[in-house]
Amino acid sequence: MIRLENLTKHYGSFVAVDDISMEVPRGLLHGFLGPNGAGKTTTLRMIAGILRPTDGRVLIGGDDVHQQPLAAKMRLGFIPDRPFVYDKLTGAEFLRFVAGLYGQEGDAIERRIAELLEVFELTSWKDELVEAYSHGMRQKLIISSALIHRPEVIVVDEPMVGLDPKAARLLKDIFRQFVGKGGTVLMSTHTLEVAEAMCDRIAIIQHGKIVAEGTVPDLRRQHQAGDVSLEELFLKLTGGAHARELAEVLGR
Amino acid sequence: MTGTTVQPSLWHVLQPKWRTVRQRLREARERGGWGRLTILLTAGGLFWLGVYGVLFRILKYFRGVEELGPLLAGKLLGLVLLAFVSILILSNVITALSSFFLAKDLDLLVSAPVDWLRLYLAKLWETVIHSSWMVALMIVPILAAFGVIYRGGMLFLPFAVLTILPMLILPGVVGAALTLILVNVFPARRTRDLLSIIALGAAGGVILAFRLIRPEQLARPEGFRNLLDFVTVLRTPTSPFLPSEWATKAIMSFLRGSVDPLPLLLLWTTAAAFVTVGALLHRELFATGFTKAQEGAERFVRGTFWRWTVGSLLKPLTVAKREFVLKDIKLFFRDTTQWSQLILLAVLVVVYVFNIKALPLHRGEPVGFFYVNLVSFLNLGLAGFVLASIAARFIFPAVSLEGRQMWLLRSSPLDLKALMWSKYWVGTVPLLVLALLLTGITNVLLQVSSFMMVVSLATICALTLAISALALGFGALYPQFETENAAQIPTSFGGLVFMMTTVALLGAVILALWQAVYTYVRAVYDGRPVVIDVWMIGGFTVVAAVCGAATVIPLKIGLKRMERFEF
Repeated sequence: MIRLENLTKHYGSFVAVDDISMEVPRGLLHGFLGPNGAGKTTTLRMIAGILRPTDGRVLIGGDDVHQQPLAAKMRLGFIPDRPFVYDKLTGAEFLRFVAGLYGQEGDAIERRIAELLEVFELTSWKDELVEAYSHGMRQKLIISSALIHRPEVIVVDEPMVGLDPKAARLLKDIFRQFVGKGGTVLMSTHTLEVAEAMCDRIAIIQHGKIVAEGTVPDLRRQHQAGDVSLEELFLKLTGGAHARELAEVLGR
Repeated sequence: MTGTTVQPSLWHVLQPKWRTVRQRLREARERGGWGRLTILLTAGGLFWLGVYGVLFRILKYFRGVEELGPLLAGKLLGLVLLAFVSILILSNVITALSSFFLAKDLDLLVSAPVDWLRLYLAKLWETVIHSSWMVALMIVPILAAFGVIYRGGMLFLPFAVLTILPMLILPGVVGAALTLILVNVFPARRTRDLLSIIALGAAGGVILAFRLIRPEQLARPEGFRNLLDFVTVLRTPTSPFLPSEWATKAIMSFLRGSVDPLPLLLLWTTAAAFVTVGALLHRELFATGFTKAQEGAERFVRGTFWRWTVGSLLKPLTVAKREFVLKDIKLFFRDTTQWSQLILLAVLVVVYVFNIKALPLHRGEPVGFFYVNLVSFLNLGLAGFVLASIAARFIFPAVSLEGRQMWLLRSSPLDLKALMWSKYWVGTVPLLVLALLLTGITNVLLQVSSFMMVVSLATICALTLAISALALGFGALYPQFETENAAQIPTSFGGLVFMMTTVALLGAVILALWQAVYTYVRAVYDGRPVVIDVWMIGGFTVVAAVCGAATVIPLKIGLKRMERFEF
């Protein structure tokens, strides 16, 4: 459903994403892990059509995001890590606006807005300007906006940041149900327990390259890691020595 | 742990600010290279030269007037500095609200063990520099003209700096104190709304009052009974307790060659006393004010007004375009800092129309016809310039203001053409209404012929379409995504380039129309029938082509640039 072909992104002389190829099949929740600055957000923003790749291409359901952007984006819901929304719109107005961007309006959308606001416990806030929302409420609003047009693919960058435990649990359930009904999710996260519990497959990116990909048992096998947790495996693959040094520094 | 902590120096607290400025300058240099710097320096230099030239001529004239000359020069300086102090107080109040209560670095500074005095001084410096740099730059050519005409010599430079510096600090302290008190009374976000309305209302009121008292009448000698009355008026200080008056006295006494230390002493001691009192006030009130500033202003909005009115009118459009237009209109009218500028705009329009009405043109002689048409024709250029300033303020920032939400627009299937289309018409329709009203009313006041009425209305329509497109195109070419305050965007480099291009367009259009209008006026003046010849048609064709190109090309370039935006 999502296909990355030799995807590369340069910022001047710095190579943020280095010739990545990956395929996420339909009906799968795919985790995208990596240390800070590894190239996760850049990759996700290229998939969402926000950044143009220096080289390579991104296909969503067979449509190239940069050659046939409208067709590809109709299938997509994107949830960014930083919830910037229009402060002077109300929550309901924002959702109506986003639905309009996907060419949708009318009673069906009004029902969908009410339904999503209810699910995320924002109904009592729907007529309040977004400037009064907390970080977590903005995040919930953005998640609602990504679901409003019933996408086939959700690309999500750090979904759990700012969410309370109840909302985090709700989001996990939503993603699992979404995948269960044939949807596809590509999710970057630093919460490795979440990734281990939720993801069908995982890719680990470091210095702009994918260093490992597969199911968690696959990764253990590939790297002869025995029965270790995903956290241990992640640290092994991305330089766990740093973590131990950090622990020593803090312990001093 | 010890009871006392080593305090960081004031310089250290201010470090992130100046480092940011340095880095921005470096980035700007890397992006634009020498070309950008040259354009900026040339435009700035030309502006300075213009101000200097005008002042130089006026002061040279004053210098030639026996006895009254120095009095007139002193009065002029007093009025200019008084205007600057008023502007400074207003801008300091608004800037202080951001730097003391809403800035992003406050959480860090307030949670760090930085004492209240350092925090106050750091933020005061920030406020003073932010609000005064433009005034400080404006003062340079003015004082240079005074220095040159009255032969101040090399020592005039340090003396002027010594005089002007406390005059800039004082409004800063007053602004910060006023803001501190207001924030303790209202929540910060409400205060910001109130302040922008009060500030712009006050500025508008001052301009209106100044224009309506018709100062040009004061220049008539018959207005005064005798010379003694006139001299008495000139000798009376405009505002004896204001720093602008002290600064004027200090500068004029230096230029006359008899330095009076009292005004300088008054300036510095008052500045020192004000900073001390301001700091004490800060110690007492800042903590509660800062807490109040965190309280969001609750605002429930159930308004379906725009959906019923504009939404119904736009029914034939696609849903994406309609929602986009509605969104832009709502955001504009819900942001006090945006719509409150309409107050100033309304005042400027009234002053503009009043000026045209005040022109002594209709005296019945045949020469009236010629001048009426000339004024109506040149009025096109002036109206165009007014429209360009409005477009710079409201249309130029349109793309930049989408910056933080661009993730949403770019990840959705919204066609960027639809975005451009919505932005263009949301800005152009009100501008077009204003342009037609401005030109129509002034033409009626001037009693122009129907030929001139048709020509000027058609031209202003074409110009408005082009000016809007230029504003939007340049706004996309030079976006300011990091700026949170929309009012700062037009003063950027891109805003300057837009204004320069628009002035060139106005010049080209007026030049192209000149022959056609001249042929018409000449024929009527000589009592011949008006013949529409090849030259006339050629002139109109050139105007249509230039305006057409200035509409289509910037929009296309802007769209291409938007397609390449990266976030």
